[in-house]
Amino acid sequence: MTTQKNSLSIALFSVLFGLIIGAVIMLVFGYNPIAGYMALLGSAFGSMQDVGGVLTQMTPLILTALGFTVAQTAGFFNIGLSGQALAGWVGAIWYSLSFPNMPAYLMIPSALIIGAGLGALAGAIPGWLRAQFGASEVIVTIMMNYILLFLGNNILQNTMSKGIKESAETTKQVGANASLQMKWLTDLTQGSSISAGIFISLMMIVVVWFIMTKTTLGFEIRAVGLNPDAAKYAGMSAKRNAVVAMAISGGLAGLAGTIEGLGNYLNFFTQNGSPSIGFDGMAVALLGGGSYLGILGAAVILSVLKIGGLGMPMSSGVPFELVDIVTASIIFFVGASYLIKLMQARIKAMDEKAAQTTKAKKQVAIGSANDSNQKDGE
Amino acid sequence: MTESTPVIEMQHIIKKFGDFAANDDINLQVQQGEIHALLGENGAGKSTLMNILTGLLQPTSGEILINGKKVTVDSPSKSDALGIGMVHQHFMLIDAFTVTENIMLGSEITKGLTLDTKTAAQKIKQLSEQYGLQVDPYAKISDISVGQQQRVEILKTLYRGADILIFDEPTAVLTPQEIDELITIFHNLAKEGKSIILITHKLDEIRAAADTVTVIRAGKSIETFPVAGVSSQELADLMVGREVHFKTVKDTAEVGKTILKIDKIEVQNARGVAAVKDFSLDVQAGEIIGIAGIDGNGQTELIQGITGLTKVQSGAVLLHGKDMTNKTPRQITETGVGHIPEDRLRFGMEVDMTLSENLALQTYYKTPLSKAGVLQPAEMDNLAQKLVKEFDVRSAGIQVTAGSMSGGNQQKAVIARELNRDNDLIIAAQPTRGLDVGAVEYIHQRLIAQRNAGKAVLVVSFELDEILNLSDRIAVINAGQIVGIVNAKDTNKQELGLLMTGMSLTDARAALKETVNAS
Repeated sequence: MTTQKNSLSIALFSVLFGLIIGAVIMLVFGYNPIAGYMALLGSAFGSMQDVGGVLTQMTPLILTALGFTVAQTAGFFNIGLSGQALAGWVGAIWYSLSFPNMPAYLMIPSALIIGAGLGALAGAIPGWLRAQFGASEVIVTIMMNYILLFLGNNILQNTMSKGIKESAETTKQVGANASLQMKWLTDLTQGSSISAGIFISLMMIVVVWFIMTKTTLGFEIRAVGLNPDAAKYAGMSAKRNAVVAMAISGGLAGLAGTIEGLGNYLNFFTQNGSPSIGFDGMAVALLGGGSYLGILGAAVILSVLKIGGLGMPMSSGVPFELVDIVTASIIFFVGASYLIKLMQARIKAMDEKAAQTTKAKKQVAIGSANDSNQKDGE
Repeated sequence: MTESTPVIEMQHIIKKFGDFAANDDINLQVQQGEIHALLGENGAGKSTLMNILTGLLQPTSGEILINGKKVTVDSPSKSDALGIGMVHQHFMLIDAFTVTENIMLGSEITKGLTLDTKTAAQKIKQLSEQYGLQVDPYAKISDISVGQQQRVEILKTLYRGADILIFDEPTAVLTPQEIDELITIFHNLAKEGKSIILITHKLDEIRAAADTVTVIRAGKSIETFPVAGVSSQELADLMVGREVHFKTVKDTAEVGKTILKIDKIEVQNARGVAAVKDFSLDVQAGEIIGIAGIDGNGQTELIQGITGLTKVQSGAVLLHGKDMTNKTPRQITETGVGHIPEDRLRFGMEVDMTLSENLALQTYYKTPLSKAGVLQPAEMDNLAQKLVKEFDVRSAGIQVTAGSMSGGNQQKAVIARELNRDNDLIIAAQPTRGLDVGAVEYIHQRLIAQRNAGKAVLVVSFELDEILNLSDRIAVINAGQIVGIVNAKDTNKQELGLLMTGMSLTDARAALKETVNAS
């Protein structure tokens, strides 16, 4: 309980400090920070379309952050979320374009399962390599990001049939049978690329929370992550749990990629680098402090910054890159949470000291008052 | 005792954590050149008191006087400056550094931009000669023995000019020879005018080393008196607050059928060397078999091999006549094996999980603790409440993390979990390591109750007293092999001691006869 409260205050402090640093930089370069931040908020909440943009941005971040958290609970540092997302994205697009006539009620669930499944496979491989051979999952997942990136591009350029491609670098758009976009949502948000994905993301927060805290599987994953020796002693299989946790982690990332494909972009195109949702998801998870509700809050904050930042240059002239500085500073402060804890302790100590001195002064005052009373009595 | 100004005077120290008073009006006076033992059960408040003296904790109220002057110790560096040094139970040394580098760390002597290791080494050499602390200043920590590492810790405090040295359970990691050497070091230090506070619950060591003892019970200082002429029984009774029985009474064993049969097994250690070789042993229902031996003679590997934590290279392990060799730990536990592991923090519990979760660690996947893969927290809590009551596990509730509990209560929790499952075989490795006499007595009673209920019990211990007290039969292990199996009532410490060095039973008996004849 207290640790959760602690991570909440760390997160809030970090956001505050990040914004202050952004303001200082704006001042140094001659911009008005108040106007800058007002423009940011305006661009994030100014219209229903902006709100739709924020929600679209949040959708994959929630999922990749959940994935990161599951892996972390099991004692893994999954840097491969990007690659796992990409696997889901490519797979889901390829699958749905291959069956253009499948009805939506079959297509959408099966495409989601295939996308998540490919992500799960991409996550399970480093999990198995670590469990079986002790290979560092950090290195393996970083390398797998490259493998999956170029494999994805290669499939697009060389394997996919011409019939489902728009150009050499882009697939056709998926049909209505596979699209996650919903007309009423699109209309409500004045044509933003929001989709039913946001509901899937919100639902997954509850599902993952339930699995990790309420089931024997979650109990085992937590136990293995906290102390593999004790888990083994208690009859849990460290290997099985490593693979399962990494598969869940990768599956969530794969689902994020699938939703990006079927909900946001509706196609796949040649990628110059690993999708940023993987790394941004790690930032969301860190800012969320390992709490599931925290992930939601952190996803809102980072998405508002990103979407708001896009509109900032137009209305206030502050360059978009400033938002990246703010976001980076926030993550820096979360990482430096030790520093913040130290400052909190200092402030608390100062408060206590002040309280003690005033109390002591009061006692002295009362004491001397008593003395004078006694003298009066004499 | 001279009535000079005490070096340390702690007056009416109270330390509260919420409503719980860890220290409840403790008084402590230590004179110069005195070896002052602090005796108390696990969780009595000794560590809290020392953490206050070394600046890690602030007292809720009370005063500390050093050499008669009132001081506030609000940080560890302040405590350093006041000449207080602490030798922790777990050493705080960097393995890859040399002795000198470790000692300098934090108060380096520099020559321009480089470290002046030479001057430091000379100072260390001089200190080690003065106090009889032989250690090579240029040796790497990873290359020296545990006893020598402890000397490095002592030198570290002396190097920083400590006049008051606090030792937290210093003998827990030492061999009997190293303990004797340490006691000599204590006397050397005291002779040179240093004051020593010795935190321990080993009564023999207090009698061998200390001048004065202060007994702490439930956060209160009970009594301070000179050690000379006090018996271990008196010390134990004062510490626990009631009469303690060192020897647990038990009837003769009524052995039944063989529960565990170990047949010529070989088990390798982490480095791939055979640590247990050609080891055979039968454990029957209704008896306690003790495995005696010096630490590191294959006991750990033996237990891990039987319980499925390590692979058995050859031979067989049979439970109820069924071959369980190299089955998974869960398959083995489910055959009816309770395992109290040697290292409770590493294997026995999840220190970051709650007490309630820890008590469910072996059965969480079964009904009623979970249904269709979903945990039933209410059922887990019910079980925890029941076990906590039955086994007298004391903590601030079942939702605290296991790591926040005292060692004795952690061990009681592990034992509660392992004995509750109604197993036919109980394997207890070092069941009372680091525990005080009260807890030891309790755990021994529990293990004997298991035996009386017709269970087979296998106990591994490095403490001969414990082996002799508990066992019906004793198997002595040396270099991974059984040297001899003797009946507990036909043997004694001397004989076991000789067997433990690898001497055969006939040779040991002959040697003992000779010494008796000679005297």
